[in-house]
Amino acid sequence: MHSWLLLAEAATPKGGLFDLDATLPLMAVQVVVLTFVLNALFFRPVGKAVEDREGYISTSRAQAKEKLAQAERLEAELKAQLLDARKQSVAVIQQAEEEVDRLFREALAVAQSEANSVREKARGEVDAEKAKAFSGIDAQAEKLSSLIVDRLLAA
Amino acid sequence: MLLHLPLAELEVGHHLYWQIGNLNIHGQVFLSSWIVIGALLAVVVLGTRKMERDPRGVQNLLEFLWDYLRDLARDQIGEKVYRDWLPFIGTLFLFIFVSNWGGALIPWRIVHLPSGELGAPTADINTTVAMALLVSLAFFYAGLSNKGLKFFEYYVEPTPIMLPFKIIEEFTKPLSLSFRLFGNILADELAVAVLASLVPLLVPLPVMLLGLFTSAIQALIFATLAAFYIGEAVHEEAH
Repeated sequence: MHSWLLLAEAATPKGGLFDLDATLPLMAVQVVVLTFVLNALFFRPVGKAVEDREGYISTSRAQAKEKLAQAERLEAELKAQLLDARKQSVAVIQQAEEEVDRLFREALAVAQSEANSVREKARGEVDAEKAKAFSGIDAQAEKLSSLIVDRLLAA
Repeated sequence: MLLHLPLAELEVGHHLYWQIGNLNIHGQVFLSSWIVIGALLAVVVLGTRKMERDPRGVQNLLEFLWDYLRDLARDQIGEKVYRDWLPFIGTLFLFIFVSNWGGALIPWRIVHLPSGELGAPTADINTTVAMALLVSLAFFYAGLSNKGLKFFEYYVEPTPIMLPFKIIEEFTKPLSLSFRLFGNILADELAVAVLASLVPLLVPLPVMLLGLFTSAIQALIFATLAAFYIGEAVHEEAH
């Protein structure tokens, strides 16, 4: 049945456990050929894939680190800007308050002085009118008294 | 060499011989090695067909394997030249691993061969010696191509007294590499076969699980030692 496997049974050697024969060099050649075949089919492509991935991972890691550093720098910068802006806004508010205060005081002072002067003037006028009225009354009283005297004397 | 047991026969050392010219080869080793190599290549082709940056399915497994083998090669050989040797170390590991596990998991007994039987290709001494000799060749090639003739300073370092030991080591390295793998896998297959022939149900299961464990460990040991030897050859002394 398996006679095709028996290429030549005629001069079969004795055999044995330590039967070294042409199997040895042929097996050596087979292993060497297998080395080249596996190098082409296995070691080179898989090595390339693994090393490519290692390269990809290390470059993306470096990139990510760089981006993180950039983000941190940006954050610090923005925080500083924010602090600056806050300080500025506080200063502006303070300034505005002071300005308002000053303007209010100025306006108040102006209004007060104006009111004072108007009042003074009004008082002066009142006094003058009073004086004038008094002097008019005096003259009329004198006239009346002289008229009365005249009438009495004439009677 | 037949091992006679009360319930079943266990064949050891029987081979399916193919003849090419004047040369005999073990057909069952090649048949089973083609099957496990085919399975390995099928997984690889399936997993690399559509590579994506977000891995999916089999690609995950392949990337895990690649990463594992890269770490193994890099730890033993060093950052500088491990890339040149990763395919060789990785192929040794993958081939031994799928051979060992294939030998343990595929029901080879379904197929009846005229002689011998299918099993893990690594349970044949020819396979393991072939790979161990390739490691030795790789050792010298790596040393000579990286350092030129200065590579031979390795034999007199740290002191020339080491010379005979280091020369002996060149012979013991492939010997221990090949016999460790061969012995472990064959012993595992035999233990499972013997237990299965005595008690066919349940009892062999723990031994089979242990066999899977040792199979994986043996693949790791072979690949690690091969990488370590190559690393020794290319190692730069800090003078």
